[in-house]
Amino acid sequence: MSTIFPKQANKVPAQVVIALLLMGGALTAGITYYFTPKYSRVGYQPTQPVPFEHSLHAGELGIDCRFCHNHVDKSGHSNVPSTNTCMNCHNQIQLASDKLELVRASFATGEPIPWVQVHKLPDYVYFNHSVHVNRGISCYECHGQVNEMDVVHHVKPFSMAFCLDCHRNPEEKLRPPEEVFNLDWRPESEEAQLEFGREAKEAWRVNPPVGCAGCHR
Amino acid sequence: MAISEQFSLEGKSGGSPEVLDRVKPARMPRLPLVLNNRSFSWITDKVCGIVEEKTPLWWWIAFCCSASLAGFTAIGLTYLVSTGVGVWGLSNPTNWGWAIVNFVFWIGIGHAGTLISAILCLLKQKWRTTINRAAEAMTIFAVACAGIFPVFHIGRVWFAWWLFPIPNANAIWPNFRSPLLWDVFAVSTYATVSVLFWYVGMIPDLATVRDRAKTLFRKAAYGLMAMGWRGSNRNWSNYEMAYLLLAGLSTPLVLSVHTIVSFDFAVSLIPGWHTTIFPPYFVAGAIFSGFGMVLTLIIPLRAIYGLHDLITQYHIDCMCKITLATGTIVGYAYSMEFFIAAYGANPFEIFAFINRAFGPYAWAYFIMFSCNVLVPQLFWFKYIRERPHVVWIVSILVNVGMWFERFVIVVTSLARDFLPSSWGYYSPTLVDIFTFFGTFGFFATLFLLFVRFLPLIAVAEVKAVTPQADPHYYQGKQHG
Repeated sequence: MSTIFPKQANKVPAQVVIALLLMGGALTAGITYYFTPKYSRVGYQPTQPVPFEHSLHAGELGIDCRFCHNHVDKSGHSNVPSTNTCMNCHNQIQLASDKLELVRASFATGEPIPWVQVHKLPDYVYFNHSVHVNRGISCYECHGQVNEMDVVHHVKPFSMAFCLDCHRNPEEKLRPPEEVFNLDWRPESEEAQLEFGREAKEAWRVNPPVGCAGCHR
Repeated sequence: MAISEQFSLEGKSGGSPEVLDRVKPARMPRLPLVLNNRSFSWITDKVCGIVEEKTPLWWWIAFCCSASLAGFTAIGLTYLVSTGVGVWGLSNPTNWGWAIVNFVFWIGIGHAGTLISAILCLLKQKWRTTINRAAEAMTIFAVACAGIFPVFHIGRVWFAWWLFPIPNANAIWPNFRSPLLWDVFAVSTYATVSVLFWYVGMIPDLATVRDRAKTLFRKAAYGLMAMGWRGSNRNWSNYEMAYLLLAGLSTPLVLSVHTIVSFDFAVSLIPGWHTTIFPPYFVAGAIFSGFGMVLTLIIPLRAIYGLHDLITQYHIDCMCKITLATGTIVGYAYSMEFFIAAYGANPFEIFAFINRAFGPYAWAYFIMFSCNVLVPQLFWFKYIRERPHVVWIVSILVNVGMWFERFVIVVTSLARDFLPSSWGYYSPTLVDIFTFFGTFGFFATLFLLFVRFLPLIAVAEVKAVTPQADPHYYQGKQHG
């Protein structure tokens, strides 16, 4: 036998086991990093055709989310405002600004501004904005502190786990309905949140679907 | 020397002849497990010779045929994956069709291998040694064939890992209350333990082949597989312990795997499935079909390689008797299902069984009943058990019958369920047919490779059960 295999061959089984463990670990780490939404989506920040600053409009000026996204509490779909909405103010303010050139052109021709969509759900997922915001789920929970962003970026992973975490424990996120569009609102403490959340869940009959057909209709 | 003379009680020293004269004990000679006083070296040469000889022509022909047949499975599966699961003949309400029939069929066949290697080992049934290696190989290849169906029925095979409870970014788990998940654990455990058992048992024989090898390549290949086996005392004592432990681990698997497969049906509420008799009935059926397949494989192998001294008539006889016993248990289960349906007085259950035997699938029920219950009754007759070609034909009919048993169970209950307006008649598609018949080619291909490259009889173990290995053996005489 020794004529076929050198003496180091005795170590091969241990080496194979160690190599397999290392490869398995690297594979798991690689898939976790490169193939899960936590890493592949969060931080996405495309350049928009118009340098619109949410931090200025929603933050500094305190314009309500619903002034522009005016369907969010009435329809399943939350709209990106049309140029007309912009021109409500900008036909009087910043008339000569270079930054608004495309907005004025769009208003004149009727050609919409090609905004780049930041938050996108797959086609096979049904999501209704109004049902969430009307039952105490703030914009903040999915979109983050948009009123402090110069350019909007993706904050939350939007994985299925992200949706299910909240659907399984809605009391952790429910807030008073009047604070839904107040992105700066924070619960006093964790206990206060849970206390309010449990009451609200009971009172509003919040019963989020956790079966497949809830979202994959 | 005739067997009766060799083992007769006359002329035995010791005991008390007067007592024996009075009770007149029946002669129960212990038959030798290796005939014609074959020596140890003859056994080694015979078994290793199969691996070492030039590849025979029949092997090439058989290999080409079976590999081509296996190609049909490949075609069926490629078409399925590229098109979708709709290419199978499934419909509503017959949501389970050939795929699960084939899965249960193949998984069942595996059970004889585990029974022979594990339970018969613990029960010290020495006749198992000549057939256990081939039967274990059959088990593993049958499980491989069975695995194809659950993996491919999901359509998007690259998500097959979702069958296992692995943490994922979707925060979802398989349903732990579903027997289909228990199946995943049962079958994967079964496959793992069977492979380990088969391989560990083969190590001493692989070392023998390695030591006899002439070319460097063979020395290296078999040397690698023999994992440095030297035949030392320490090697043997570790080996014996490992083998015993694996036998102990496999024993519950013989019962658990098919019990859980039967839960796939019994845990549901479909009339004709929802019965407590299913676990024992499925296990008996599995062992029945497995022994059928062992006979189907062993009888031609014995003829081709002239192994009649190792796989004796006694071995065939034992297997026939187990087939007869389990087949009769299955027949009892069929009858008991009808009795319980009548006794339970549940109209749906009664309908399910009347429909099963006399409904649109009566032809399948007839094939099932005659092949599984009536045909094996031939094994009551020694005349039949001594005719290998008849045994071989019966063994094939057994597996035809067992396939139809699963077909009858799956399809008759689903095709006529609670809602008469949705009743229909299930037929497989060409893709179903290709995929299933191709698995016989896949199975045969694997088995032919096994026969060609691995020692198909456990040489080391058979030597231990030869008459001359008995410590009481002395110059051709065996003393009790």
